Amino acid sequence: MIYFILMLSITIMAIAIGVCAWRLVKGPSLPDRVAALDTIGINLLAMVAVLSVFLQTQAFIEIILLIGILSFIGTTAFARYIEKGVVLEHGNDQDYR
Amino acid sequence: MEMIKTTGELLFALLILMGALLSAVSAIGLIRLPDVYLRSHAAAKSATLGVLCVLVGAFLYFAFFQDHISAKLLLGIVFVFMTAPLTAHLTGRAAYRSGVPHWDRRIQDDLKEVLEKEQVIPATSEEEVPQEQR
Repeated sequence: MIYFILMLSITIMAIAIGVCAWRLVKGPSLPDRVAALDTIGINLLAMVAVLSVFLQTQAFIEIILLIGILSFIGTTAFARYIEKGVVLEHGNDQDYR
Repeated sequence: MEMIKTTGELLFALLILMGALLSAVSAIGLIRLPDVYLRSHAAAKSATLGVLCVLVGAFLYFAFFQDHISAKLLLGIVFVFMTAPLTAHLTGRAAYRSGVPHWDRRIQDDLKEVLEKEQVIPATSEEEVPQEQR
């Protein structure tokens, strides 16, 4: 019963990731694609959590933190690129409002 | 003790299933809503609640059945709860300031007057953007 519920949850999350990938391919503007990529990262994190419950191991919990941090840094860099055109720049940040 | 085990099992299974269903709702909102801002709203709120439900379910599983209070999982819960709305806000702000067109049935835009007063965006930049979305 529990294994059936866990497999059902993993399947639903995989379908959700597929739908987000469709938005990632189609999305008319660049912020659409970035939001879809962020949602894919969040769903992947939840899938790793369900997988570590399913396999009854604690070896994947660091991967949850790693995916969370990398997804946050990646989305922040993409947002900065969309807004200003650069990610890293020289000089001070006085004109960034 | 057996009853506690059964109740805990049912509780974390229901939490994980609810999180998966919330992720599915978020994905449906991501393909059905008409606008970047509405899609970002769907992706942020529903996916954050879904992943929090899944992580709390996994935490309850490790606490009940393996006698292991996972501090790393708690740290992941706090981190996702802090950063997921923040990234949605960053993408929405970048979309607004780079002039992504709105939904054509939008009725109110309070941020535009403030930004025009600050001279961040020019006064008629929004109407010049071609409508390439539905």
